[in-house]
Amino acid sequence: MAYCGAVADVRLNALTKVFDGVTAVDDVSLEIADRDFMILLGPSGCGKSTVLRMIAGLEDPTSGDVMIGGARVNDVEPKQRDVAMVFQSYALYPHKTVQANIEFPLKVRGVSKPDRAAQAQRAAATLGLTEYLDRKPGQLSGGQRQRVALARAIVRSPAVFCMDEPLSNLDAKLRGETRAELVALHARLSSTFVYVTHDQVEAMTMGTHVAVMSRGRLEQVGTPQEVYARPASVFVAQFIGTPPMNVLPMGVVFDRPFLVGVRPEHVEFDASSSCRATVSLIEHLGHETLVHLDVGATRVVARVDGDRDTSLVHRVGDEVGVLFPDRHLHHFDPTTMKRVEQ
Amino acid sequence: MTTAATAATAARRRRWRDAPFALALLTPSLVILGAFVLYPLARAFWLGHQRCDPTGANCRSNGWDQYIDVFRSEEFQQALGVTVRFSLLTVPVGLALGVALAVLADKQIRGMSLFRTVFSSTVATSVAVASLMWFFLLNPSVGVLAEWIGGVAKSPGLLRDEGTALWAVAISSIWANLGFTFIVVTAGLQSIPADLYESAYVDGADGWMRFSNVTIPMLGPTLLFVGVVLTSRAFQSYGEFDLLTGGGPNGSTTSLTYLVYGNNSVIKSNSGLQAAVAVLLFGVLLALSVLQIRGVERRVHYGD
Amino acid sequence: MATSTSPRGWRLVGRYALLISMTVLILFPIWVMLVGAFKPGNKVLQDPLLPTNVTLDTLRQAWRDGNLGRSLVNSTVVAVIVTVAQVVTAVLSAYAFAFLKFPGRTLVFGVFLATLLVPFEATVVVNRSTVQDLGWLNSYQGLAVPFLATAFGTFLVRQVFLTLPKDLREAARMDGLGHLGFLREVAVPLARPTLGALALFSFLSTWNQYLWPTTISTEDDWNTVQSGLRVLSQAQIDKPNLVIAGTVIVALPIFLVLLIFQRQLVRGLTAGAVKG
Repeated sequence: MAYCGAVADVRLNALTKVFDGVTAVDDVSLEIADRDFMILLGPSGCGKSTVLRMIAGLEDPTSGDVMIGGARVNDVEPKQRDVAMVFQSYALYPHKTVQANIEFPLKVRGVSKPDRAAQAQRAAATLGLTEYLDRKPGQLSGGQRQRVALARAIVRSPAVFCMDEPLSNLDAKLRGETRAELVALHARLSSTFVYVTHDQVEAMTMGTHVAVMSRGRLEQVGTPQEVYARPASVFVAQFIGTPPMNVLPMGVVFDRPFLVGVRPEHVEFDASSSCRATVSLIEHLGHETLVHLDVGATRVVARVDGDRDTSLVHRVGDEVGVLFPDRHLHHFDPTTMKRVEQ
Repeated sequence: MTTAATAATAARRRRWRDAPFALALLTPSLVILGAFVLYPLARAFWLGHQRCDPTGANCRSNGWDQYIDVFRSEEFQQALGVTVRFSLLTVPVGLALGVALAVLADKQIRGMSLFRTVFSSTVATSVAVASLMWFFLLNPSVGVLAEWIGGVAKSPGLLRDEGTALWAVAISSIWANLGFTFIVVTAGLQSIPADLYESAYVDGADGWMRFSNVTIPMLGPTLLFVGVVLTSRAFQSYGEFDLLTGGGPNGSTTSLTYLVYGNNSVIKSNSGLQAAVAVLLFGVLLALSVLQIRGVERRVHYGD
Repeated sequence: MATSTSPRGWRLVGRYALLISMTVLILFPIWVMLVGAFKPGNKVLQDPLLPTNVTLDTLRQAWRDGNLGRSLVNSTVVAVIVTVAQVVTAVLSAYAFAFLKFPGRTLVFGVFLATLLVPFEATVVVNRSTVQDLGWLNSYQGLAVPFLATAFGTFLVRQVFLTLPKDLREAARMDGLGHLGFLREVAVPLARPTLGALALFSFLSTWNQYLWPTTISTEDDWNTVQSGLRVLSQAQIDKPNLVIAGTVIVALPIFLVLLIFQRQLVRGLTAGAVKG
């Protein structure tokens, strides 16, 4: 089909959205390359869904531009944008069968009946829905409904897929399986994916790029590895990674005070260290163990492999020595909360 | 243009974007409601202050005191009294009977769907059908009831005696409205969660206590709704008076609506007076709904 | 021991006794009417409670004298027009209130709300002269046009539209549907049970209208069944069983309609009582 050759990069220029005086999206500029799998990541209310809805055309920007494939689409109806969307609630038509739901976008576009039936069946087969085509959404499980929503999106082979937390209504097991399927789907479809989530695991496992947002602003854009290894701000550092990065107020760099961050897995125990800490809580999670430490007035979490039986080594109340190795430290400016490179 | 100005223009354009379409959707309703509800009300207000000569011609504006005169007039006061008495006769009894029927039928036993159909059946009778049915029953020369009751019922007939006419009309009206009350109260009963009854049962409440402590409070909104509908129907009753009594004898069944529209109405040809009474009827009903809405806010228990 | 001697058994017997006596009370007028309608005029005083001397003559005569065939046609035409129009206008205006944003929406909605407070009886004087000025006395337009839209229907349908998830409208937009498409393909099909209830309610209230047709139908050919019954009852005041036969003819069709659509009727009548 024609779209195959089309370049479907998405570019946002200084995008801003104000709702009744409240700025939901504040000057966001972002480039999403053709065939990228971009994750918009952030806590609820950070504006990520609003950005997605502006790309889809469901929301008009207050200012700034949305460009798809090089063309400014601010005033283009969703229908003409070659964009499909998967909603968190799936938004299936409850009175239509699965087949009719999947066919519907084609029907609206005037595709002939045999053609759209064939395409719907192909999309359904891709997602393992063939045997449910005659059912209504009310007769399907949550996972099946989610697939129907996906099938309805892929059936018209859009250049850009928008997904708004599509996995959040699934149970944990199904979510894990579907993540892998979405990655496979992305590889097969060669379309651009823009995916909104608050779940950092989804972001790390699925995205080719991650854009982290907070309070309407873009905090950092990068590959999942970059965002994890070199967080651009205290916010990103603490939002990505479980448990979050420890941030301690200490030290002076170039005559300015700074914050030091260290991830729990990089906290080392060393009896000879001059930095003393008290064990306040030990959490055994099976594959890992979290040791909560009081370093002076600051709470620090250390992560230890589960197969190292720490209960033999540490007990609550013990005094231990800890080390924060230099090569694993992150430095942040205490006023801007941004990363400081040394 | 500055970006701020562009944004403002864009915002204004968005605000108005759906307006033409919305107007197109609303136009049919607005035209009808405007021409046949709002305009006639406003026009009636205007007509109501005009004084006409006894033949109904030569109406002239002459201050607004005609409303006061009409309100004070003997005819209006009598019709208002008839209307109020008619509501007091029909609404409480109709409501109580409807609730009793609904409670009686609120049990899954053999044959109940048949009983329910019977109890709902009077909803199918129009005011003309119900009135003529009762006219036949009460007819002093051929009516069964007249034969059985005898006395006034035989001569001059319950509908032709000043003391009984309003009662007779009320009975016909209660009967006709019973189906409606039954249906709505039954639906209300069915929406009461069963666990409330079960917990009252476990607490040791007997039948009557369950009825007064669970059923009636939980039915609050339903009863209020039925009460409002029945009262406003009673205030607007026309057909039963027109067919059963013609407002008589001696004006004892001339309700407000009959005063305006009745065949034998004394003000039939005077549009000014007619409009004045119609406006006052509107005022009375408005006051009634305001009172009832305030009653809702204060007393009725709404289930969550 | 016989089961009926237990307290529970006696209570059941009592309930049946009450149910049956209420049934008798409610059906009594209907029974007397039916018996009377099937008796010849000169036998109406004989066995008023028993179907003796059964004949169809009285019904035939009432049909002819009351011009009831024509009245039934008129009532049907008017009720169908009004019902269809009320459902359509309610759907359109409810859609505007539920799915469109436009300046003044609250105000216009308030105006709709206000019309609910105006009793029809207060507007008949002026409406009659409006209809007369339009030359619509004794016409279908005159009987139907004032009722083509109601605020009640708008509220009822708007209430249903508001319960449709917002995502559904947006999904439809992404699928390429405009407002009219969404209305036709999604909103109306999902509101169908309510629309059915509204239709039955509209049909019933139009069919049962009394004051309006008696006000504007001055010629026999333009009577509805209700105003036709009025004319019959006044013309045949000394032939009560002719009148009652006419009443049976008028009551019968609506009884059948309601028997068929009982469920919709319950929905329609309770719509105002049970809040969403």
